[in-house]
Amino acid sequence: MSEAARLRRRHVVNNVMLGTTGLFTALIASLLLFILGYLLVNGARNLNIAFFTELPKPVGEPGGGMANAIIGSAKILGIATLIGVPVGFLGGVYLAEYGNRGFAFIVRYVTDLLNGVPSIVIGIFGYTLIVLRFKHFSTLAGGLALGLMMIPIAVRSTEEFLRAVPNGLREGALALGTPKWRALATVVIPAARDGIITGIMLNLARVAGETAPLLFTSFSNRYWSPGISHETASLPVMIYNYALAPSDDWHRQAWAAGFVLLILILTINVSARLILARSRFGGGR
Amino acid sequence: MMMMPMEAHERAPERAPQRPVSPEPLRADAPMRSGTATRESPVPATAELFGPATEEKMRVEGLNFFYGKSQALFDISLRIPTKHVTAFIGPSGCGKSTFLRTLNRMCDTVKNTRVEGSVHLDGEDIFRLDVTSLRRRVGMVFQKSNPFPKSIFDNVAYGLRVNGGLTRGQIAEHVERSLVRSALWDEVKHKLHHSAYSLSGGQQQRLCIARALAVDPEVLLLDEPCSALDPIATSKIEELLLGLADSCTIVIVTHNMQQAARVSDYTGFFLLGRMVEFDRTEKIFQNPAKKETEDYVTGRFG
Repeated sequence: MSEAARLRRRHVVNNVMLGTTGLFTALIASLLLFILGYLLVNGARNLNIAFFTELPKPVGEPGGGMANAIIGSAKILGIATLIGVPVGFLGGVYLAEYGNRGFAFIVRYVTDLLNGVPSIVIGIFGYTLIVLRFKHFSTLAGGLALGLMMIPIAVRSTEEFLRAVPNGLREGALALGTPKWRALATVVIPAARDGIITGIMLNLARVAGETAPLLFTSFSNRYWSPGISHETASLPVMIYNYALAPSDDWHRQAWAAGFVLLILILTINVSARLILARSRFGGGR
Repeated sequence: MMMMPMEAHERAPERAPQRPVSPEPLRADAPMRSGTATRESPVPATAELFGPATEEKMRVEGLNFFYGKSQALFDISLRIPTKHVTAFIGPSGCGKSTFLRTLNRMCDTVKNTRVEGSVHLDGEDIFRLDVTSLRRRVGMVFQKSNPFPKSIFDNVAYGLRVNGGLTRGQIAEHVERSLVRSALWDEVKHKLHHSAYSLSGGQQQRLCIARALAVDPEVLLLDEPCSALDPIATSKIEELLLGLADSCTIVIVTHNMQQAARVSDYTGFFLLGRMVEFDRTEKIFQNPAKKETEDYVTGRFG
């Protein structure tokens, strides 16, 4: 092959590859935009004040809202945070700062395995552990299931953000005669604080849309659920129930619930990234 | 002054022996030590080197240091004079930083390392001292300035608060005094509660010196403190070190020979993990005893 022909061939191959990768990138982006747009059109159209303030109406009656599901989701996520964050955070601190090779390897491995456990299996676990023992579904069981799902990501994100703290800060504190735990609490963890909070928020956004574990644990409820020991409505489970129901009015409400859930997750996600961006450009090095 | 190298076992100083000769886990290598005991020491005896008025602050004997299986320091023995500036020079990777980090046991923080030999601070074995109290007495400033992500005031107050026992007013006094000692006070007194990261590189390094000084260390170790600084910032820190030597024992590692010549009273030359020569700074730079030292200080290698 002549030099000119080889050069031409290289140009052709380059353009074909560039075109192919560009095409698939556009495909993925348009798919995401299509889902978002579809949800926006169908969801926002069916959204009204009643959705946020009223309880669901009985089958066949039009109107009503999902106020109980919004509060229920908030309570479940609150309990999940209370369970998942302390365990995940302390585990991450251990892995990043104290873990010796053998035991830390096992912890890290088990954490990754836990992350891979299907969410429905976590649901059955919560069902067996709490629902069967107390003989009824509860907000607590739902929170426990989602909290368990938060642990692996909380561990690994805390570990990663602590590892990103420059070693000079640790040494600077230790060289002043600071005990290690105190150097961690007053210098290293504060330096990683924004990153750790971001990790937790993204984690929360991830489990906020989980449905399968809640079907077995918090179940659903047409009415308000007092305290944390009764079954409760939640947005993902309401979407599931309403979307399957033979009623156009319920379908519309399912769209509205989907839209609200998406906005909630998007808000958590965006504010988490804003926190991270602020810490990168503001305080850090 | 007589500069004849002496036998190691004759280096016993006129002072009473401070160290019990009981075996300790850190230097269980009796054969190696007895093997080295008869070798010529590169270090002149204390009285001869320092003069009668100067006492030794730290004494290092037969120090070996290992990263895993590779040995980084070989049989280092020397004394560090109190309230003087001692510099260690040598090419990159010669072990001078590793040596410095054994003096306050910062090397403990690196996994899979091992120390043999002994280091004494005022006659106390540092490997038997509580590591936090050792580091309060032997402070350290690092190559890369490492202010905490806190305000200027909180950076300097950090060590004081960790130690506890001071009122807010006393802490403020100590902070001011340390910033004055590190020649930073005039530049920051109007913005003590701004972030430490708002300072320039040279100011950040002086802030780290102030932070180390705040807890009144007896010895201050500096690991190439000026390597990332411009000449003006460097000369400020050098002036500062000369002033500090009245109240504090200074040990500085540098790969800048002019800096060692400018600031130090005593200089040690490291090569490939060994202490080639340790003597008065003028002697090292003008009339070194060893060929390797002469080659290095005259710029023939390194």
